[in-house]
Amino acid sequence: MSTITPRAMGQALDRLDGADKVRGLARYAFEHPVDHPAYLFPVQSTVAVGRITGIDCSQASGQPGVLAVLTYHNAPRLSTEDGELRVLQSDEVAFRGQIVAAVIAETSEIARHAASLVRVDYEGRTHNVDLRAEVPGHREHLRVPNEVLPLFPMDTAEGDVDAAMASAAVRVDEVYSTPWYTHNALEPHTTIACWTEEGCTLHLSTQGVTGIQAGVAQAFRLDPSQVRVISPHVGGAFGSKVYPRADVVLAAMAARSVPGRPVKFALTRQQTFSLTGYRPPTIQRVRLGAGSDGRLTAIDHRSIEQTSKLKEFAEHSTRATPSMYAAPNRGTQQWVAELDVPTPTIMRAPGEASGMFALESAMDELAIACGLDPIELRIRNEPDTHPQFHLPFSSRNLITCLREGARRFGWEQRDPTPRARREGGWLIGTGVAAATYPVLRLPGSKATIRADANGRYAVLIAAVDIGTGTRTALTQVAADALQADVEQIDLRLGDTAYPPAAEEGASAGITSWGAAICAAADQLRQRLATEHGGTVPADGLEITADTPENEYLKQYAMHSFGAQFAEVRVHEETGEIRVPRQLGVFACGRIVNPKTARSQLLGGMAWGLSMSLHEQSVLDLRFGHVVNHDLAQYHISSNADIGAVEVHWIEEDDPYVNPMGTKGVGEIGIVGVAAAIANAVYHATGIRIRDLPITLDKLLPG
Amino acid sequence: MRTFRYERASTTSGAVALLAEAPHGAFLGGGTNLVDLMKLDVARPDLLVDVRRLTSDRVEELSNGGVRIGAGVSNSQLAADPLIRRRYPMLSQALLSGASGQLRNLATAAGNLLQRTRCPYFQDVTTPCNKREPGTGCSAIEGHHRDLAILGTSPECVATHPSDLAVALVALDAVVRTEGPDGERVIPMTELHRLPGPEPQRDTVLRHGDLITAIDLPPLAFAACSYFRKIRDRASYAFALVTVAAAIDVVDGVVRDVRIAFGGVAHKPWRAIKAEELLRGGPAGEDQFRRAAEAELADARPLAGNAFKVPLARNTMVRTLLELLEGPR
Repeated sequence: MSTITPRAMGQALDRLDGADKVRGLARYAFEHPVDHPAYLFPVQSTVAVGRITGIDCSQASGQPGVLAVLTYHNAPRLSTEDGELRVLQSDEVAFRGQIVAAVIAETSEIARHAASLVRVDYEGRTHNVDLRAEVPGHREHLRVPNEVLPLFPMDTAEGDVDAAMASAAVRVDEVYSTPWYTHNALEPHTTIACWTEEGCTLHLSTQGVTGIQAGVAQAFRLDPSQVRVISPHVGGAFGSKVYPRADVVLAAMAARSVPGRPVKFALTRQQTFSLTGYRPPTIQRVRLGAGSDGRLTAIDHRSIEQTSKLKEFAEHSTRATPSMYAAPNRGTQQWVAELDVPTPTIMRAPGEASGMFALESAMDELAIACGLDPIELRIRNEPDTHPQFHLPFSSRNLITCLREGARRFGWEQRDPTPRARREGGWLIGTGVAAATYPVLRLPGSKATIRADANGRYAVLIAAVDIGTGTRTALTQVAADALQADVEQIDLRLGDTAYPPAAEEGASAGITSWGAAICAAADQLRQRLATEHGGTVPADGLEITADTPENEYLKQYAMHSFGAQFAEVRVHEETGEIRVPRQLGVFACGRIVNPKTARSQLLGGMAWGLSMSLHEQSVLDLRFGHVVNHDLAQYHISSNADIGAVEVHWIEEDDPYVNPMGTKGVGEIGIVGVAAAIANAVYHATGIRIRDLPITLDKLLPG
Repeated sequence: MRTFRYERASTTSGAVALLAEAPHGAFLGGGTNLVDLMKLDVARPDLLVDVRRLTSDRVEELSNGGVRIGAGVSNSQLAADPLIRRRYPMLSQALLSGASGQLRNLATAAGNLLQRTRCPYFQDVTTPCNKREPGTGCSAIEGHHRDLAILGTSPECVATHPSDLAVALVALDAVVRTEGPDGERVIPMTELHRLPGPEPQRDTVLRHGDLITAIDLPPLAFAACSYFRKIRDRASYAFALVTVAAAIDVVDGVVRDVRIAFGGVAHKPWRAIKAEELLRGGPAGEDQFRRAAEAELADARPLAGNAFKVPLARNTMVRTLLELLEGPR
């Protein structure tokens, strides 16, 4: 694999679509102009598990402006095994809020009102939605989930953890938990579906047009070429728009029921809480054994989380642990409980965000138990090679990040004693935690490059820009791959009319798509040199190439690392928590665009604060649904909650990860923030909070 | 959304007459709460009578030294009014601690007082709620009630009133002026909102068709040094866990007069009468403030999930009064 020389890469280019977005010219899915649209509104189940015994649509159907009411009686039969996609296929209800009927009408107001008039009777059964109830003595309900990525097996074991714990001079053995988090992208899930004789066209807010195309084609027994998916701009996704969900299939079904009419469907905020996935709650036990010098002899991390009975989804919360610290005895174990809940899904840094809260809180507890500075503890346990894979790291700069962060944050002056600093009624503390995320490359991308004789290049790939700046960064990659200027590149994304692409996820966008573009550029230059004497022929030249395999995968372990610092203030009398200062230093390989990369990392750190202090989907165990299902009640950090946030990175030159030398910046910003804040809260107050979110009632003096 | 009629009258009496003939109609102020509730099918008016431009949008000085706030004054305008900021700073602080800039631009003073509880079950028509549908039961008592009431609850309802403005008005002994089918009334703010009792569907003592036309603030010299403290789960744009509106008049270490009201703890803004009585005429100090707060909160009957509000309310009241002792903010 050859690396490309950075010329455009590394430049802080403004977003190519920035001006259009600010001026409202960039069109999002729901804004695509269509003629004579109809509108869809779903009816959701009011029981968590049971059977529909009757549906009365007469009142709804009789409303002026109602075009059709869909139920499992009249909905088209689908061909899919994906339980979340099997909308209106049977009388069974598997979670509260599942779609049990839908109204298509002339306006969204009519559809919504008519939906409220559909009467559904149920034979409810006893439901189980409580993950906590699964923990003590109910292990028969728990099982090891299927692997998400073969690279990272769900269970790992080396040495003898129990024996090492028994003989360890210092031990930490604690249980940590994280709540049910909901994505809440600003742009809700939206679809415009339209059928013609050729097939189905979907304008959609999604992270992967190719994946949606495949899912919809299968469900409707179509050839993928009969499904076109278009998603030029996306207003936030965070994992919730990777996989097709019921809303997409329902919109396509509805459009088929009203031939010739495009059907528009935008979920309400409340609906997104039950229909678009979430980060599953976790209950994690971490055991650390160490000598009195802080050198780890045992690391064990076990996590229990939930999935639905419709479909398995396991967030791999213990995935990061084997990559972090040296210890001869190590284990990780991951279980899922199948509950009567909607299926969880990917959310920013799936696994690492929740798992590293537990591990890095435990590391802080170990540092205190050993009387060591938490940074020194991590330095003492820095591994020479990847502890699980026994491979060298392609690059690993965790210690550099910690030291650089300590210097910039002013860590050295820190008095480790809890409750040592106080200012006007506020207790002040600081905390640190490590961050990591693997360098991943998703399969299934192709890029086409069309060179024309005027020196311009059209670069076509069905990737999407979910608001991260992909369009800009990938243009910079293409320019360098083609040894051209950014102005010569015409990058086209977000449409299945272009070559297929992996979804935007796993911080793997630039790696997966960029590698395909580099491969196509390589071949283009070779063809030009060997067949055309180095000049583009008058009718142009077109090359398509796949994302190649990375030959170094078997030789190196590939991860990004980072260090998160936080300063918190806790009010002595009210328990109110403020975070005036966050600082992150990251080692993520080459930074393609410092401007958009900084926004990614900063956004991740802000969300980390939100995850630590504010966010929590509150489940009502009796009804089985999230009760705080709107943005007034589901708190996301407000601007006033975010203090000074500093983002820094270490220059890394990693020739093994991909031709660009990039490692991805999408996820790592959120990783470790919750632990850094919890550690700072402990330092401020002497109170260790192991259950997120950290709210004032947990810190309120009695 | 259900179909409804929209009317705009040219006089307040015209508006009152329109609504008197529509038993399921409602007045529309800024609409920041009502329209949301209509979308959620919680509020189902068949007629909206728009009164936003009908009532006064002015803040005027009264001859007795008090201030009259027109019902149509926006929250933004009221919060920024120089008279209010100088004489009743807690009122301005209360407004600015609520909602967002955009919502405050739209929301009216009268509408703010008549917003409905943000109890999650009240806002979700798929769950039982005595306030929304009397007789169906209260989902909150054994459900999610972290934000809900600790004082004056009933077996039927533990909702809180969400207004911050109302808490400051109650502390200031404000009165609301109404015009209704039975004529004009003057209602003290302390009596406008009700405790839930067996009829939690009734938030206030207003009768159908009563239109709030103005809010009068009596003169209160020591309110020039007053303070509104709001405790919430995030720094901005959140409803209160607990609020305290307070003003205190201390001469030579002795409390000559004091006004205290709590928000976020009851179905109505909670005037701390007991605490005020205990403090009036006695020495001003942390111990006295604490004893007064404890006396006021002795009747608190919190639920499992909101017991923290009792110490939180106590500590917040003590801290607020101590900060007022330290001088004008």
